[in-house]
Amino acid sequence: MTIRLKEVDAVMVGMGWTGAIAARELTKAGLDVVGLERGADRVPAEDFGLTTLRDELRYVHRLELMQDNSLDTITFRNAADQPALPIRRFGAFLPGEGVGGTGSHWGALYWRNLPSDFRIRSALTERYGANAIPADMTIQDWPVSYEELEPFYDRFDKLCGVSGQAGNLKGHIIAGGNPFEGPRSDHYPNKPIKSGLGPSLFGEAAKSLGCHPFPAPTATSSAPYVNPEGMTLGRCEYCGHCNRTACEANAKASPNITLMPALRADPRFELRTRAFVSRLVYDKAARKVTGVVYTDMRNGEEYEQPAGLVVLSAFTFGNTQQLLLSGIGEPYDPASGKGVVGKNYCYQFEAGGVAFFADKEMNPFIGAPGMGVVIDDFNGENFDHSGLGFFGGGYIVCSNGGAPLRAATAARHW
Amino acid sequence: MADETIPRRNFLLGAGTAVAASLAPLSPSQDAQAAEQPAPAAPAPPEPEPLLTLTATEAAFLSAAADAIIPADELSPSGTDCGVVIYIDRQLAGAYGAGARTYRNGPFRRGKPEQGYQLPLTPRQYFATGIAAANEWARKTYGKEFDRLAPPDRAAALSAMEHGTAQFENFSARAFFGRLHGVVMEGFFSDPMYGGNRNKVSWTMLGFPGLPATYADKVDAYFNKRYVAPPKSIADFS
Repeated sequence: MTIRLKEVDAVMVGMGWTGAIAARELTKAGLDVVGLERGADRVPAEDFGLTTLRDELRYVHRLELMQDNSLDTITFRNAADQPALPIRRFGAFLPGEGVGGTGSHWGALYWRNLPSDFRIRSALTERYGANAIPADMTIQDWPVSYEELEPFYDRFDKLCGVSGQAGNLKGHIIAGGNPFEGPRSDHYPNKPIKSGLGPSLFGEAAKSLGCHPFPAPTATSSAPYVNPEGMTLGRCEYCGHCNRTACEANAKASPNITLMPALRADPRFELRTRAFVSRLVYDKAARKVTGVVYTDMRNGEEYEQPAGLVVLSAFTFGNTQQLLLSGIGEPYDPASGKGVVGKNYCYQFEAGGVAFFADKEMNPFIGAPGMGVVIDDFNGENFDHSGLGFFGGGYIVCSNGGAPLRAATAARHW
Repeated sequence: MADETIPRRNFLLGAGTAVAASLAPLSPSQDAQAAEQPAPAAPAPPEPEPLLTLTATEAAFLSAAADAIIPADELSPSGTDCGVVIYIDRQLAGAYGAGARTYRNGPFRRGKPEQGYQLPLTPRQYFATGIAAANEWARKTYGKEFDRLAPPDRAAALSAMEHGTAQFENFSARAFFGRLHGVVMEGFFSDPMYGGNRNKVSWTMLGFPGLPATYADKVDAYFNKRYVAPPKSIADFS
């Protein structure tokens, strides 16, 4: 028996970055908002403290902050002719769970897309000719441009207290920054975080090869900082534990510290945790979503929450699953290329190596993923792909930081 | 170092060169000193430590495996003496051993290696099955159980599992080694509150200071200079 609740102005499905940002904008606009989150609440003062966060086994290996796969997972395959099998425990990529979502445990390397990324099909066609893109390469232009999005990038920089060195300020190239980045309307709000010996050596080597090294931009505050919401971020302590873990110094930007305190104090916002959304409700005649159905995971009761506005603010998998389960949109069929729901999903992947210098002192435990030096010379359309047989690329970063357990097991496959 | 043990450094290098990067390089004089010194004394457990879930056979297997991977030498006491078997016992007896946070419904099909773990077994059941399979293979290959093998044979047996040349009955020896190695590393390097890394022995070996890890004022001061501090664990701040 589904219990029908009183209609609200807006409901968020997921309370990570997207849910927190959208909820904050909507309450400011005068709407009453309910935030639904399938996982637990996470309050920094309670959940992100010392000594708890220094427990590498709990966070890095047992994945405390990630989606609980005993309840739900996805299936996957590497090719269309393979059977899709469940991922029984996330490993290669790690969707978060609980308030803050992946935003509570990210490594906080912080990037804007390149201007050419927004119009990738056009950019490649202009540079390499109409026949350069293979027929089965489904890339396409975004409906927004870098220029349209730039003011929002800038706003998010300031919300997160991002640390970095501008390389292109309103079209002026600044030495020491990333010369390939799109024009920024303002500097990063914080100076870059400090470098270590390894990243410095990498920077020198890259420069000697004619590349353009710069300090990694990171949403980890290099100094105490108050964001436009009035929230205070602390200074990075270079503890080396960022990735897969939260930040006890409140230096790493997360929804939990940049936005949630404002939402929690806002009478227009109501947070409901352990609320697992199972489908969207819609008026088929009007083709309008009118609410969501969710299960209260504390007691198993099912509720319908009607809302004027439903925001799918989970990770891509969750959002796509809601659309598919609710019969909204045409599912993507890779054989025919028809349909859009689930099409062109991409996840970042990284390949890495470790260097050992017998005559240098690296103090590998001092660091952060963002405590690094980067080159962007081989990313996107920053270099000529003529005759290379591929498009795309990536940044190359050398960073310092890492506790023993992860290092000891990094190369093992389970 | 006794010549019958697996060269430890090779094992660790195989596990990920990051460990090698973390191993504090010794100066020549320290190196010579270290070579002359006996193994650090094995810290005695304060009280008897009954096993929560492992059988005697399983504990013997894991002890032999832990000591092959982490032999007593100038760097540390043996894996068992560092608490690795107690660590594994506690983990397998708890939520991890019961399959917490793991999707355990069907379909159960043999997937491609890149599709990861696809067995219906919990970690507790997995180790029970894997140890039985490994001992069965050891009996066929060497005429006795793994823990009764001489150290060079233990090393060779683990190496055969690691490289997939050992064939267990209906069970991937290679995957088993990967998982075995994983829990041994966890027991050796995790915070001591889990029962392994007794007396912070691995952290001392690496020069890892542990908690609280607030280094903002150390980054520049220790640029290309070793930062040394006695390791602190969670218990030290509790």
